[in-house]
Amino acid sequence: MENLVQIALQNVNLAAIMPSLVLVCFGMGLLLINVFLPRGTTRPAVWISLVGIVVTAGVVVQGWGSPQYGFSDAVALDNFATFFNVTFLVAAALTILMSDEYLHREGYPVGEYYPLILFTTAGAMWMASGTDMMTIFLGLEVMSVSLYVLAGFFRGQVASNEAGLKYFLLGAFSTGFLLYGIALIYGVTGSTRLTEIGVYLNSHSSLLTNPMTLAGMALLSIGFLFKIGAAPFHMWAPDVYQGSPTPITAFMSAGPKAAAFAAFLRILEYCFFSVKPEWTAMLWVLAVLTMTVGNFVAISQTNIKRMLAYSSISHAGYALVGLVAANEIGYSGVLFYMLAYTFMNLGAFAVLVLAGKKGEENLTLEGFAGFGYKRPFLGVAMTIFLFSLMSIPPTAGFAGKFYLFAGAIKAGYIWLAVIGMLNSAVSFYYYLRVMVYMYFREPTEDYAWVSMPIGVLVTIVLAIIGSLYLGVLPNEVMAMAKMAIF
Amino acid sequence: MSNLLSLITFFPLVGMVVLLFLPRESDRLLKTVTLVITLITFLISLPLAFDDAFRTSAEMRYVEFAQWINIGEYFRMNYYVGIDGISLWLVMLTTFIMPITVLSTWHAVEKNTKGFMALLLLLETGMLGAFIALDVFLFYIFWELMLIPMYFLIGIWGGKNRIYAAVKFFIFTAVGSLLMLVAIIYVYYYAVKAGLPFQSGFSIAHFYQLDLPAHLQTWLFLAFAFSFAIKVPMFPVHTWLPDAHTEAPTAGSVILAAILLKMGTYGYVRFAIPLFPVAAMKFTPLFATLAVIGIIYGALVAMMQDDVKKLVAYSSVSHLGFVMLGVFAMNLQGLSGGMLQMINHGISTGALFLIVGFIYERRHTRLIADFGGISKKMPVFATIFMIMTFSSVGLPGTNGFVGEFLILLGAFESGLRWYTVFATTGVILAAVYMLWMFQRVMMGKITNPKNEELQDLSGREIAVMVPLLVFVFWIGFYPNTFLEKMNPSLENLIQQVKGKQQVALLVEAPTPSVAKITVNE
Repeated sequence: MENLVQIALQNVNLAAIMPSLVLVCFGMGLLLINVFLPRGTTRPAVWISLVGIVVTAGVVVQGWGSPQYGFSDAVALDNFATFFNVTFLVAAALTILMSDEYLHREGYPVGEYYPLILFTTAGAMWMASGTDMMTIFLGLEVMSVSLYVLAGFFRGQVASNEAGLKYFLLGAFSTGFLLYGIALIYGVTGSTRLTEIGVYLNSHSSLLTNPMTLAGMALLSIGFLFKIGAAPFHMWAPDVYQGSPTPITAFMSAGPKAAAFAAFLRILEYCFFSVKPEWTAMLWVLAVLTMTVGNFVAISQTNIKRMLAYSSISHAGYALVGLVAANEIGYSGVLFYMLAYTFMNLGAFAVLVLAGKKGEENLTLEGFAGFGYKRPFLGVAMTIFLFSLMSIPPTAGFAGKFYLFAGAIKAGYIWLAVIGMLNSAVSFYYYLRVMVYMYFREPTEDYAWVSMPIGVLVTIVLAIIGSLYLGVLPNEVMAMAKMAIF
Repeated sequence: MSNLLSLITFFPLVGMVVLLFLPRESDRLLKTVTLVITLITFLISLPLAFDDAFRTSAEMRYVEFAQWINIGEYFRMNYYVGIDGISLWLVMLTTFIMPITVLSTWHAVEKNTKGFMALLLLLETGMLGAFIALDVFLFYIFWELMLIPMYFLIGIWGGKNRIYAAVKFFIFTAVGSLLMLVAIIYVYYYAVKAGLPFQSGFSIAHFYQLDLPAHLQTWLFLAFAFSFAIKVPMFPVHTWLPDAHTEAPTAGSVILAAILLKMGTYGYVRFAIPLFPVAAMKFTPLFATLAVIGIIYGALVAMMQDDVKKLVAYSSVSHLGFVMLGVFAMNLQGLSGGMLQMINHGISTGALFLIVGFIYERRHTRLIADFGGISKKMPVFATIFMIMTFSSVGLPGTNGFVGEFLILLGAFESGLRWYTVFATTGVILAAVYMLWMFQRVMMGKITNPKNEELQDLSGREIAVMVPLLVFVFWIGFYPNTFLEKMNPSLENLIQQVKGKQQVALLVEAPTPSVAKITVNE
C-alpha cells in the first residue's frame, strides 16, 4: 500500500488536473465566503463563481494542443478532455447566469447553490480526463453527489424533494452497477488503467468471451447509460428533470450528460476496442430505442419542461448514433453535438425560467399562448432554440446531427441514419407545437410578470450566438472536435 | 458583375434586417419598404433575363465559388452557385412574383405586418438560394430554410384551420427532405470513395459524373424522388396541399403555388433524374402513372369543390401532374414543355389565387354558392378572371396551351402514348371545372343581394394583375423568348441522361443472352 502511494506521488503532475483544481479552489473559497454573507445575498457568489469559471476556462484553453498526463496515467488532460471541459464550463456559466433571479423568485436565495455547480463541473472534468476507472468513478461521484443536492435544492417543494430523492436512489443504484462492472473487469485484467485493460484484453482474446468480461462490460455500460439517460435506463429522467429547479434541469441535461458520454466514449475506445462489433451492435439497438422512446413520449406531454426532459432523452439517442458509428466522424460528432446541445437546450430552458411563475407555475403549453407577441425577443429566441433542437438548418443542431449521421452513414449504418431522421420528423411535431402556442394562438395573458434580468438576457444572447454560430460557421469548432479525438 | 446571383439572393435578407428596425405600427411604411426591396431585387435580376448567352450555352453562368465548411478529410461544403437555362426562368419567376405578392397584401394583411413582410423576404432568399445552389448541401440548406417562413405565414395569418394546415405542411415536407439528406450524405461518401476531388465538396457537377450501380440508384432515387414528390405534390402525397392552400393567406397561397411547388419539379430536373438516370428510367412508368392519376384525380376533385380556393388548389395537383409527365418524357418537347408549364402555372395559378383573394377581401367568403352574376358589377375583374381561367384551361393563345401542348407532344413521342391519352382527358376536365366554376361565380343573375354592393378592382389591384396578363399572352404567342434560352441546357441534360441510360441498357442487354446460351448448352 505504501509503495502504491509512493508511486502515485512520484507521478504528481498538477498541470494535468489544474482546471478542476482551480475550479474546486473557487468552490471551496466560495463556501467559506458564503458563511460571512448575510442570508439572501447571492450576488457576490454569482460573481465569484463566474470569475472562477472564466479563470478555469483560461487554464483549460491553454491546455489545448499540449496534453498533460499525470498520476501514473490515471489522468490525461488531452484535447479530448479539453473539448469536453469547455462544454462543461459553458453549461455551468450559462446555468449560473440564469439562476440568480430565479432562486430569489422561488424563495431560495441560498449561496451554496453556486459552489455546488462548480463542484459538479469539477467532477465532470475528472470524468472527461480520467484514464483510470477509479478516476472516472471519483469524478462521477463528485459530480453526482453535488447534483443530488442541487436536484432537491428547493427543500420546501415536494416535486424537488422527489427529484432529489429519486435521483439519489436510482443514481446510487446505477453507481453500484458501475462499480461492480469495474470490479469484474479488474478481476479479469488485473488493472484499472484503461489502456492496460485494453492491451490485456486485446492480447488475451480468449478473455473476450469470458462471462466475467462480458458481465463486467455490461454492468459498466449500464452505469453510463443510466447517467446518459438512454432507454431503457431513462425512467428517472423525466421526474428528476421536471422536479429539479429549472436551471439545474438545463444543466443536468447538458453538462453531466456530456461527462457521461466523455467517460463512456473513452472507456469503449481504450478498453474495448477489440470487441467493437459487439458493443456497436448493442448500442445500435439502444440508440434506436432511446430516440424512439424519448420522442414518442414527448409527443403527449403538455408541460414544456417535461417535454424537454423527454426530448433530452431522444437527443442522447442521437448522440449514441455517433458511438455506434465508432469512427472519427461519429466520435467528433458526439463532441460537437454535446456542445451544440448545451447552447440550444440551455437557451430553451432560460426562456422557460423567465416564462415561469413562482412555484414552477405556467410551464404548460397553454401558458405559452401568444407568448411570441407579448414578448417578441423571447419568442424569437425560443424559436431559434426550437429550430435548432429540431435540427433545421442553419442551426447548431443541424450541423451536429449532420455530423453524427454522416459518421453513421460512412460506417455503413444507413438504416440507423434513416431511423434517426424519421425520429427527428417525429420530434418536429412536439417542438412545432410550442411555436403553435407561442405564435398561432391569441394571447390570453399579458405576461407582465416576465422580467428581463441581465443574467438571463446574457444567457439567452450567448445561447443564440452559439446556436447560430455553430450552425452557420461550424468550421473551427468541427475541426477542433476532430483534433480532440484520440 | 461577378457576384450578381449572391446579390439577388441575399438582398431580400438584408432588406429583412432593415425591416426589423422599422417601427411595427407603421403599417404602410413597412409594406412600401418591402415592395421597394422586392422591386429592386427584381430589377437587379433583370440582366439575367436579357443575357443572350443562354441561347447558345448550356454552361452554368454567373458562377460563384467560395469555400464554406472544410473539416480535414471529413467533409467539404462550398458556397457554389450559378444558373443555366433550367434555373434562369425560375429565378426570374421568383423575383417577378414577389413584388406582385407584396402589392396584393396591401389591405389583406393588417395584423402584425412587420412579421409578415420579414417572413416574405426571408422566404424569397430561401427560394432563390435553392434555385441557384450548385452544391447539393447548399441546396438542402435553402430547401429547409424555406419551410420556416412558410410555416409561420400559414400558421399566423391563415384561416380557421391554419394550425393543422401549417403543421401538416411542415411535417410532410420535412419528412421527405430528411430522407433526402441521408441519400445526399450517402452519395457524398460514395463520391469520395470513387475519387471525387475533395475540393469539389457536394458539387452536383461532380455527382453527375458518378457511375452509381443500378441497385444503389434505385434507393437513392427513391429517397430524392419521395422528397420532391411531396413538394410537387404528386398523388398520393399531395394531401397537405389543399389544406395549406386553403388556409394560407392569399400571399402565402400565391407563393406556394407559383414558386414553392416548382421546387419539387425543379428537384427532379436538376437532381433526381440526372443524378440517378438509370433508376429514373426504371421508374418512369411508375411516375408517369402517378402523374396521370394526379392529373385526372386533381381535376375530378376540383370539379366537386364548393370553395373556389380549394378548387384552384386541386387544379394545381392536376397541372403539376402535366409538368411531371413532361419531365419524365425526357425529350426536348416534354422537358421544355414541363419547364414552361412550371412558369405558366406560376403565372396563372398565382393569378387565380390573387383573384380569389380579391373577392374574399370584399365578401369574406370563398364559396361558389355565395356568388353568381358578379360580372355585371365587376367588369374589369370579370375580364381578367376570364383570361386567367382560359390560361389555366390551356386555351390556344394563352400560355397554358403552349406548355400543355409541348408536354403532350413530348410524352406521346417518348413512348408514353397511353399515358398521354389519359392525360389529355385532364385538359378536357380542366375546361369543365374551370369554366363551370367561372360560370357559377360570374355569370347569370345576382342571386345574393350582398353581391350588389361589390366594387370593381382598384387601380392597385389592376396593377397587380397587369404584369401577369402580359406574360399570359407573351408566352402564349411567342414562347420562343423563353424556350430558346432554356433549350441548350435542356438538350445537354437530355443528352447526359439518355447517354447514361443507353450505357445501362447496353450493359444489361447482353447479360440475358449470355445466360441463355449457357442454359442451351
